Amino acid sequence: MAGQSALRVVWIYPDLLSTYGDQGNALIMAYRARLRGHEVERVDVRSDQPIPAQGDVYLIGGGEDRPQRLAAERLLKDDGLARGLEAGGAALAVCAGFQLFGHSFYDDEKGTQPGLGLLDVTSVRGTVRCVGEVTAEVDEALTVGGRPLPRLTGFENHMGTTQVGPGARPLARVRSGNGNGAGSGVDGAHQGRIVGTYLHGPVLARNPALADLILGWVDGNPAPTPAEDLWHDRLRAERLAAVGG
Amino acid sequence: MTEAQLPPRARVAVAAGRLTGAVSRAAGRGSGAVVGGRVALRLDPELLRRLTAGRACVLISATNGKTTTTRLVAEALRAKGPVASNALGANMPAGITAAMAQDRTAKFAVIEVDEKYLPGVAEQTAPAAIALLNLSRDQLDRAAETRMLAQRWRDGLAGTAATVIANADDPLVVWAAGRVERVVWVAVGQSWKDDAWSCPQCGGVLHLDHADWRCGSCDMRRPTPQWSLDGEELVAPDGTRVGLGGLRLPGRANRANAVSAAAVAAVFGVEAPTAIGRMEHVTAVAGRYDTVSYRGRTLRLLLAKNPAGWLETFDLVAPPDTAPKGPVLLSVNALSADGTDTSWLWDVDYTRLVGHHVLVIGQRRLDLAVRLQVAGVEFEVFDTAEAAVDAAPAGEIEVIANYTAFQQLRQKVGS
Ligand SMILES: [Zn+2]
Repeated sequence: MAGQSALRVVWIYPDLLSTYGDQGNALIMAYRARLRGHEVERVDVRSDQPIPAQGDVYLIGGGEDRPQRLAAERLLKDDGLARGLEAGGAALAVCAGFQLFGHSFYDDEKGTQPGLGLLDVTSVRGTVRCVGEVTAEVDEALTVGGRPLPRLTGFENHMGTTQVGPGARPLARVRSGNGNGAGSGVDGAHQGRIVGTYLHGPVLARNPALADLILGWVDGNPAPTPAEDLWHDRLRAERLAAVGG
Repeated sequence: MTEAQLPPRARVAVAAGRLTGAVSRAAGRGSGAVVGGRVALRLDPELLRRLTAGRACVLISATNGKTTTTRLVAEALRAKGPVASNALGANMPAGITAAMAQDRTAKFAVIEVDEKYLPGVAEQTAPAAIALLNLSRDQLDRAAETRMLAQRWRDGLAGTAATVIANADDPLVVWAAGRVERVVWVAVGQSWKDDAWSCPQCGGVLHLDHADWRCGSCDMRRPTPQWSLDGEELVAPDGTRVGLGGLRLPGRANRANAVSAAAVAAVFGVEAPTAIGRMEHVTAVAGRYDTVSYRGRTLRLLLAKNPAGWLETFDLVAPPDTAPKGPVLLSVNALSADGTDTSWLWDVDYTRLVGHHVLVIGQRRLDLAVRLQVAGVEFEVFDTAEAAVDAAPAGEIEVIANYTAFQQLRQKVGS
């Protein structure tokens, strides 16, 4: 992160992409950043405003077809996000946001749409809607405090099927639920400092370690956030038990 | 219409519906009205049309407040004659048909309609008036997105002969009423703006300036209202002000419902002071706002089905800058009637409860606990309602629960 200034959490287009409690990821990211000793500035960027290139963590959430398409159109004309990521920023992209971070995605009205190409993934329309609880084992290449992340738990609701290319790695191996489409066996993708996933819930409420992973990239401290995680842990245990572990 | 005037097929259908309803009741499956209505409609798909023919019909639809507003409109119209209504909130075609079959003589039919069924029911009942209160997101994993609902209303109500009473403060409602000839605009505010941030017509950004709003990219803008809610007063089209302080239903949301209801009643010639005077007798609607004694405490029961509904209840239990901040009991479930996705919890601004003693129960109490922790609210989690109530001092407890949690609590506390 840049110098001594506040850690900046940029939430991209809440007016278009905030269908699945996506504000939760912004709140939790800011909450944990404060526990790590940072001052935090949260910037909500509406779709008629420019994306600041000085962000530390960029967040983008879920939405239906039309807002997703509009968001992609606007982001393609704004290089703030790309410059922010080049300068060392990190990103968490969820659901529709995950799709539009890839090379292309599918829109019911207009067909295949170009994405931002920030992640080496390509999304098409699946044949069934994937709705329900998901659990998945995180890629061992990702660690917090030198240890692999605990199992992911979340809720998915999407029609997309996403293929992960050689430039990215799947975020997690699915144990229950669908993730990147029925039969894909994996969920999400990561590449550099970008994490994409179909899990909402929102994902950080049930997987605070994912917030710590991203914050560690940004502030250079690989240790877990010194947080009282009793309620996160109890919620995780309950949700994992609800789908049979 | 009396039974004898119905065509034979409809008479059989009504009788079959009544029989099925009675059997269902005897089997202990609730009131039996819905299942009876379903059987009757299968025998005569035109039954609802026949049962409402010749009556002055009013339809009321919205994401929030439709049960209450239906009740308020019914009270107001009783100034002019008997009213048949689906007062218990069975708001899909079968429940509506059952309610209309039960009272076939009332001159007025005041009908709450589920958002998804509004165009179909409007086609069947040829209403004189339709009230469109608001549209916001409800159950994420089940319902179609709100804009699709607005689209369905817009197409289905195009060219209707009804006078449509519509909320000028809700851009989705304004767009949905966009092809209606006769609209009476009411300005009753909107506690929830998130679903209407982008223009329903073109996707552009909506600019909000206090009460006013307009699209930055197209011609969508707030219509000039004829009726409005101004603090504690209703303002009628002729400038008459009617105080709403006598309403027994609490809160801003109910004052808004009363203004919409008065605008509906005016279509039938009921003056606003008369309408509001009659509404003042309503104290609780299907258990909502009910006050009950339980384990030595007084519980006020509030239902909140979605983020907009939660914000409305916060206006009641946690108005800004008030003291003392009493105990608040929250209960959240995620059964299929609630929607099994709890992500909406993060759309509700729970910081409004900071300073209150918050007691948490319900099937999804752990989701709520994480939410409250991040919001900086002090809370305690309990496994049962009994334990939570016992943890509060003697006195009043405000209770807010989502749909099935509310029903379970009502059963437990005997409301
Ligand atoms: Zn527009």
